[in-house]
Amino acid sequence: MTQSFRLENTGLINRSKKLSFKFNGKNYYGYEGDTLASALIANGVHLIGRSFKYHRPRGFFGAGVDEPYAIVQLYRNDETEPNVKATEQELFDGLEATSVNCWPSVNFDVGAINNFLKIFLPAGFYYKTFMWPKSFWYKIYEPFIRKAAGLGVASTKHDKERYEHKYEYCDLLIAGSGPSGLASAYAAAKNGARVILAEDKARFGGTLLTDEVNIGNKSGKEWADGIIAELKEMPNVTVKNRSQVFGYYDHNMLVMSERISDHLPETKKFHPKQRLWYIRAKEVLISSGSIERPIVFGNNDTPGVMLSSAAKEYLKVYGVLVGKNPLIFTNNDSGYETAIEFKKNGIDALILDTRKDPQSEIVEEAKNLGINIKFSYVVVAAQGYKKVKSADIAKISEDKEVLGEVENIKCDCICVSGFWTPTIHLASQSGNKTKFNESIDAFVPGKSKQNEKTLGAANGTFTLEETLKSSFETGYELSKKITNTDNKTSFPNVVEKKSTVHDKFWCVPLPKGKNYKRFLDFQNDVAVSDIEIALKEGYRSIEHVKRYTTLGMATDQGKTSNLNGLQLVSKIENKVVPNVGHTTFRPPYTPVSIGAIVGREVGKHSKPTRKSPMHYWHEKNNAVFVDAGVWLRPRYYKQGNENLFEASKREAKNVRSNVGVCDVTTLGKIDIKGPDAAELLNRVYTNAWLKLPVGKARYGVMLREDGIVMDDGTTTRISENHYHMTTTTAQAANVLSHLEYYLQLVWPELNVNVVSTTEQWAGAAIAGPKSRDLLQKLFPNNDVSNEGLPFMGYMEGDLFGVKARIFRISFSGELAYEVNVESDNGNFMWEKIIEVGQEFKIQPYGTEALSTLRIEMGHVAGSELDGRTIPYDNSLEGLLSKKKDFIGKRSLTRKAFTAEDRQKVVGVVPLDKKTSIPEGSHLVKDSNAPLPNPKLGYISASCWSVEYDNPFSLAILKDGKNMIGEKLFVMSPLKNKVIPVEIVSSHYVDPKGERVRS
Amino acid sequence: MLHIKCPHCGMRSQNEFSYGGDASVKRPELGKEISDQDWDNFVYNRKSLRGKHWELWQHLSGCRQWIKVERDTSTHEIFNTLKATEEIS
Ligand SMILES: [Zn+2]
Repeated sequence: MTQSFRLENTGLINRSKKLSFKFNGKNYYGYEGDTLASALIANGVHLIGRSFKYHRPRGFFGAGVDEPYAIVQLYRNDETEPNVKATEQELFDGLEATSVNCWPSVNFDVGAINNFLKIFLPAGFYYKTFMWPKSFWYKIYEPFIRKAAGLGVASTKHDKERYEHKYEYCDLLIAGSGPSGLASAYAAAKNGARVILAEDKARFGGTLLTDEVNIGNKSGKEWADGIIAELKEMPNVTVKNRSQVFGYYDHNMLVMSERISDHLPETKKFHPKQRLWYIRAKEVLISSGSIERPIVFGNNDTPGVMLSSAAKEYLKVYGVLVGKNPLIFTNNDSGYETAIEFKKNGIDALILDTRKDPQSEIVEEAKNLGINIKFSYVVVAAQGYKKVKSADIAKISEDKEVLGEVENIKCDCICVSGFWTPTIHLASQSGNKTKFNESIDAFVPGKSKQNEKTLGAANGTFTLEETLKSSFETGYELSKKITNTDNKTSFPNVVEKKSTVHDKFWCVPLPKGKNYKRFLDFQNDVAVSDIEIALKEGYRSIEHVKRYTTLGMATDQGKTSNLNGLQLVSKIENKVVPNVGHTTFRPPYTPVSIGAIVGREVGKHSKPTRKSPMHYWHEKNNAVFVDAGVWLRPRYYKQGNENLFEASKREAKNVRSNVGVCDVTTLGKIDIKGPDAAELLNRVYTNAWLKLPVGKARYGVMLREDGIVMDDGTTTRISENHYHMTTTTAQAANVLSHLEYYLQLVWPELNVNVVSTTEQWAGAAIAGPKSRDLLQKLFPNNDVSNEGLPFMGYMEGDLFGVKARIFRISFSGELAYEVNVESDNGNFMWEKIIEVGQEFKIQPYGTEALSTLRIEMGHVAGSELDGRTIPYDNSLEGLLSKKKDFIGKRSLTRKAFTAEDRQKVVGVVPLDKKTSIPEGSHLVKDSNAPLPNPKLGYISASCWSVEYDNPFSLAILKDGKNMIGEKLFVMSPLKNKVIPVEIVSSHYVDPKGERVRS
Repeated sequence: MLHIKCPHCGMRSQNEFSYGGDASVKRPELGKEISDQDWDNFVYNRKSLRGKHWELWQHLSGCRQWIKVERDTSTHEIFNTLKATEEIS
């Protein structure tokens, strides 16, 4: 197709680079520098989608971020993205896009029936539908709505693009590179401030690209280009285009989304697609400009009706005519500028001005150019279904209530200007209480709450001279305050055409006997009649009206609809707009992709992965790993075709009969030093610590203040004032914070220092009846006999030239030791243990075998110490000192904790000695009792006992103390299992604990 | 994201800190008799104020010091920060 609406010489596009693209399967051409919207309009395409609710044809309304409905499904590099605004998407070669909200096609859309069944979807449609019978919802409405509604389809594929996060600090963040942004950035940068200047669009300059102005004897665009070029050269300035500052958060923190690759056919190697900037700015200057507001009239959603400023932008930036027979409908001078631009390119526009007799330089110029103007005239309704074909126009009375005779005139587009709405979203997000400015009929920022100032059009200043003056001044003043330098730049001479006041007219009355839809919110299909219904039904607060009608919701956030909605509510309610107030502006200002928010923390990168120094040995020896917090631990070492069950059974059996070695590096380790170290331990652990001799370890339990067990582990006295504490893998970080809390805040008088040494030590647990023989061979110079190194003993040794710590402690319930060496020597230690252990039939064992061993011994661990149990529940009451106070002790006297039938840990064996018991199952007395079946307890951990070769579980059971020998049922509704069981002691193997002391 | 002035390290972003609750709570002395009511107040009962109050934060990914922060819970404004050993005036 030819680009029949493209001008020859106008525009900032690169005509030497032709780009091909596809829309709804059809091939078109555009140029480098086009947006998808400008390229489509150049090809005469105005039907781009269907509206959200009524499925009315939709075209283009704006030329940028203000676009409410030209939303497409984009295809790029074998991926698809919904919710892309055609007005923001830059054209690239090979771009493909399709309409959304259409089924089966944009030209023939079944959903458009909604338009004729309006009664079906009035205001509050969703609220009311949800009230209807449930069966209706599932069977009728949901399938229908799913097919007919929505703004595109999310990709279900893994996103192969990279998204990055960046943290940045600056003196001044400036949001928007229009005249106020450029002037303030320049003044501040010249004065030495660190400046970030962010522009949403690809081109810098904002309205300077389209306005006929002169700054310092240059056109607006030339001046903007010069400033940008100079700023880019300055080391204290970061200039970013395609970057939207979308959120203003606490303590002057703003978030900006930078689109690095969206405008390219594919992302360059090593480049991210998008980057999210977290910017902490000392001062923020909001120069986000303003958005033209529509005037409401009949069928004002017809494709071809658009903002007059957008028509001007398509013309001046892209060299594209939105129509060849334009009608301009305005209540202020801005519409005239668009008409003048058309005229300059040989197109005669007709201006309808709601004002009676405006006098200004711009109006004068239009008259002099011979442009046809009708004063006190309005558009009553647009005519044409898929594109404007004509307009019904009429004279309007001075009080704006009465329409004259309606006449129909031919036109192919209607460019509307209802004056300007400052973009106050960022200011409002910062906590600024906005105020209503009567003279411009819009809200502007009020008193600053954070370090923010709003400049130029965003602040309701619509003349260039005033804008530049205040922006230069503000940039200079703020930077002076920060940098303490005083380098003032001179202010350029400005020439602009003077305009006169606008007419506070926003909605054309309906002619007698006509019931045209007059839309307020184009994205959400909210019409004047919807707001009227909402108010009739009793909704008063603007926040409620918003939610009931969906006015100003979704990706649009009311950019073009907000104020007209407020005008309507205030008119019906007979209130002034400031008393109606506006709805809350919430970030993000424009949609941000989920990928950018998530950044690189995806999949396995969502948390760090920690590996022990022996990790690569485990890998080489067929370890199957499991996540233990952020650590990777061997779950079992696979031999041949073994599965988890077979391997762990083999490994556990070998510990019970020979010797095994387990990587316990992940255990939390805390070094405790100082003269009051023993006193600290005595306060945080439940048992006594003051008399522990040097060279001895002790098992300890620590509680929270509410009496719940927090963690357990052994602590060893290395020397007089030096202790080595171990914690569980999961609680390591919490225990350190806990100790720091008490040392720093509660007992600062204790002279103790604590520091994490988890990563400094590699640990290997050597367990089994032959472990002492192995240890003797590893440390021939040490006396590791039962007398030389008794249970809970500690000594230092020399492991083939490497310094080692040897602890006689046991988690498996067997005769066992733990050897620690500095992490760098971890792999050496491990290989030596395996090598020397060969003659004792050593095998490494993983966490699964480790669990089996501890469960059948009845050692409680994380699954019992789950943040809900007290020492008694875990049969740890023997460790509660009666002689001293400790953290959490007072809570243990609470009524529920001392109840006669208090829960306690028990062992559970299936009667058939065959059926494995699922963890998390419930214990009940009667498996056939009516629901809810009273629950007596739950299975905390299950294993296959290698000692007895049958299943064994631990459970926390009500009145567990008196339940030994009882027959109960285990029920797992999840696994659909009912298992008759017997309750036994939790100490299933070696109940007297003889092995560890042997 | 808040910007908190650690008395030891200077201005740092909130994601380096972890929250630690009401700073005005004093742990009862060890070994001293205390009523159920007073103990419950210490362990469980918090005021959850709207407005200015003192709270604890730990500079977890920094100096690891517990600090006291005077913050307005409704506006997030931070007025003052103190070291653990400094008394709230
Ligand atoms: Zn710090």
